Amino acid sequence: MAEHKVTGHRILLRHRDIPEIGKFEVYTAQGGFDTFKKVVTTMQPADVKKLVLDSGLRGRGGAGFPTGRKWMFVDDNNWPHYLVVNADESEPGTFKDREIMERNPWQFLEGIMCSAFAIGANEIYIYLRGEFWQLAHELDRQIGRLRKEKLLGEKLFGSDYSLNIFTHLGAGAYICGEETALLNSLEGVLGQPRLRPPFPPAVGLYDKPTVVNNVETLANVALILEKGADWYRSFGTTESAGTKVFSLSGRVNKPGNYELPLGATYRELIYEYGGGIIDNKKIKGIMSAGASSAVIIANDEALDTPMAYESVPKLGADLGSASVIILDETVDMRWLINKTIHFFNHESCGKCTPCREGNYWMRHLTERIWHGQSDQSDVILLDNVAKNMQGKCLCALGEFSTMAVVSSIERFPEDFKA
Amino acid sequence: MNQLHEKYAKEIAEILAKYPADRKRSAVMPLIYLAQRDGNYITKQEMSEIGEILEITTTEVASIVGFYTLYHDKPGGKYRIQVCTDMPCALRGAEEFLVNLCENVGVKVGETSEDGLFSIEAVMCLAACDKAPMFQVQSDDGIEYHENQTVEDTRALIDGWKKKEG
Repeated sequence: MAEHKVTGHRILLRHRDIPEIGKFEVYTAQGGFDTFKKVVTTMQPADVKKLVLDSGLRGRGGAGFPTGRKWMFVDDNNWPHYLVVNADESEPGTFKDREIMERNPWQFLEGIMCSAFAIGANEIYIYLRGEFWQLAHELDRQIGRLRKEKLLGEKLFGSDYSLNIFTHLGAGAYICGEETALLNSLEGVLGQPRLRPPFPPAVGLYDKPTVVNNVETLANVALILEKGADWYRSFGTTESAGTKVFSLSGRVNKPGNYELPLGATYRELIYEYGGGIIDNKKIKGIMSAGASSAVIIANDEALDTPMAYESVPKLGADLGSASVIILDETVDMRWLINKTIHFFNHESCGKCTPCREGNYWMRHLTERIWHGQSDQSDVILLDNVAKNMQGKCLCALGEFSTMAVVSSIERFPEDFKA
Repeated sequence: MNQLHEKYAKEIAEILAKYPADRKRSAVMPLIYLAQRDGNYITKQEMSEIGEILEITTTEVASIVGFYTLYHDKPGGKYRIQVCTDMPCALRGAEEFLVNLCENVGVKVGETSEDGLFSIEAVMCLAACDKAPMFQVQSDDGIEYHENQTVEDTRALIDGWKKKEG
């Protein structure tokens, strides 16, 4: 049996090593969909869940929750089950899922198909942000091909298992990346978050048990099932197994996606792969998880910190979706928080008061502060508003909107001196 | 008479088939896109027709239209140029690009060219932060990305549409 070829540590961005892997024939010639067939015809869903749990795979959308454990929460006393793929990629600084789906689509599709089998789902919905219009149409064609090849449809390979995949386009709302807002959007009501618990594995899409996973997370699954948990754990650190696609942007010479084993350092990412800072300027800050991130002071300690779920919190930030935005000495933090708050104020869904009103006020304050129309009292007020929102918002969006504000005022006080 | 249904009967049936029969409200987003296919915006009449198909009120359809940025209840340019000026793109010159583009083509942000051909909008992150300056174009044909742009590149694109539209 042919095997998926892996070069070095590239598990997800294999299109960079294997020419034309985006073609069905090329993907199948090197073992593509053999794993899916093996899973459906020889394995039990519980075995698949166990293997993914043992691999240490954690959610790549930002929260880092163990994937296998999430799957085990699915309520087996309530049917049908759904798999919903979160392809709403909207965090400023994040552009990894798009490359995976555009360039290595069959591996992504095989991954979601194996995952659906594991949780006993016969239907998969891929929720893509509306801007990925062309990508969604390409996926529709690819799904059609899989039906034709009898890799999707009724009673696959003579088993009792049936599977179909549907795409669903969002229409430009960051909040729909939050999993319960996404489910509401998919149900045709306003895309606003739900009160939790219950969590989706108990009550999800159409009130049925549902797993919502990120694109990158599931794109790993077929290779993990083929090569085993130990193979996957041979990459990364003990607590952060495997590789991760780091979306590098901002003031670097070579922005782009770089797939590295978890535990690689910021210095490696920025200077070895990203080609260093534009015009050899001095690096000032790192946003480790997009606009939702606290800003890290880019000193030697930070640069030598491993990019792993357990290490980044020591710097007062999170690994999150690993969208690394680089700020150099030319960036004024008053400008930066004005940009991030402008974003969050625009994207706040309006459901809960702390986020809706808090971001409105923060936007007025950051505007004034950035344009030099205020004194120190506005900075103190801004800090106060942000801290009063923390722990009170319905979903993570509200909480995250305060991160850059509070951390910038605390860690870069010189930028806020009038 | 439901004109939307008359015009797109086959497409509507395909869209509805994606969702459980008792959950057809899920089709509201794809149906709004379908209505926008002609003219790049949705009319009140079309909202009411969608409501009729899905057995929900016109107000409910309108609330969905209002919630999302890619739905428009007023006509704009035939081609809507949506430039990302969010923070990561702004760190790579997107704001200057937008100013220079507007100056070059003589249209302000949020406005439409006199011939109704194109409008320019500043929008939030489009997941292309490493390829700034960039924008998407929303038209009757859907949405298309244009990345690593210069004002000259964009100008050439606009000139191409002018030719195409006569």
